[in-house]
Amino acid sequence: MCDTCGCGEHEDKITYQRPGQTSHSHTHTHGDHEHTHEHNHDHDHEHDHNHSHEHNHTHPHDHDHGKTIQIETDVMQKNNLLAERNRGFFEARNILTLNLVSSPGSGKTTLLEKTIQQLKDKINFYVIEGDQQTLRDAERINAVGAPVIQVNTGNGCHLDASMINHAVKELNPAADSVLLIENVGNLVCPSLFDLGEAHKVVIISVTEGDDKPLKYPTMFRNSDICIINKIDLLPYVDFDVQVCKEYALQVNRGLQFFELSASKGEGMEAWFKWLKEQLHSE
Amino acid sequence: MHEMSIAVSIVDIAVKTAQEAEAQKINAITVELGALAGVVPEALEFCFEAACKETIAEGAKLELIHLPALAKCTSCGFEFETDQFLNVCPECKAQVLAAGGQELQVKSINVD
Repeated sequence: MCDTCGCGEHEDKITYQRPGQTSHSHTHTHGDHEHTHEHNHDHDHEHDHNHSHEHNHTHPHDHDHGKTIQIETDVMQKNNLLAERNRGFFEARNILTLNLVSSPGSGKTTLLEKTIQQLKDKINFYVIEGDQQTLRDAERINAVGAPVIQVNTGNGCHLDASMINHAVKELNPAADSVLLIENVGNLVCPSLFDLGEAHKVVIISVTEGDDKPLKYPTMFRNSDICIINKIDLLPYVDFDVQVCKEYALQVNRGLQFFELSASKGEGMEAWFKWLKEQLHSE
Repeated sequence: MHEMSIAVSIVDIAVKTAQEAEAQKINAITVELGALAGVVPEALEFCFEAACKETIAEGAKLELIHLPALAKCTSCGFEFETDQFLNVCPECKAQVLAAGGQELQVKSINVD
């Protein structure tokens, strides 16, 4: 299908797995309905699911008498309705939900690790990790002591509201907590899919170009927080923080910035302070 | 590329409506697509054919209605159509942000 990111299968290969578990659940789509089921199996073999079957349709080819039916339905309606259901659940339980989006390699997982390590005595964290493949990020989060579920999207290039709905049911986050959703590393596709989060946080690292906000305006426009990460590397790279911020503000005047180095700790206090304030004001 | 998910949603909406109307086959699906909706028309067309497979929309035509975004210069008031978020006013060269162009809607279907 898509040569850019490999996306292109129907959403029938999504898996949800928690570190240390031998069972995982799948979502299958059969035409216009969807169901989920869980099964145990050893993971030392390849497996494949095939639910294809023959259909017998009649195919009339006279289109002159076709009837036009007006619909006027937003294509994203199903996702957006489900996102609002997620949002309602988060609000009712006072769960602050952040959707972290960025290119691959901007330091999202490191930011989560350091945030959880520093604040876990004060805040209950839960994490949903989105990646096409592997449990690697979930294992990193599990190692710092936060309950985590890994959503593997297979060939999918973004998380959507239905994946979050499913993952949250398995993760079952407690009231008065923070749910961090690490989206699939991709600066394009996740921008269009509301998950029900309180804030979309876009992360850009200084090893990327400072003109990224102009090249990928949709993501910066749809986010309300912008973290500029890896600032400890500024002396070694051709990245102008002020220029980057000006570009980002041209696209979205309401953006709030944090400049930090998740790995070295510089600038993290302001981010921690903001996070604590959000939880109390929610 | 998220166009596959979008194509699947379009086909789902169309098939559900067609089934409710007891139609046998969907001939065409008309979709309004804004210039700033974040969807690449060629990618959507490519995915659409695959999304229609094994449904009553198999072989259906995707008719895209392209809608431009609008920009109104805050300096001189000049209005123009665009497909970019950030624009330079053709009249006074001021920087102008576009509005609208986010449409992504199934308008209608043609069925038998």
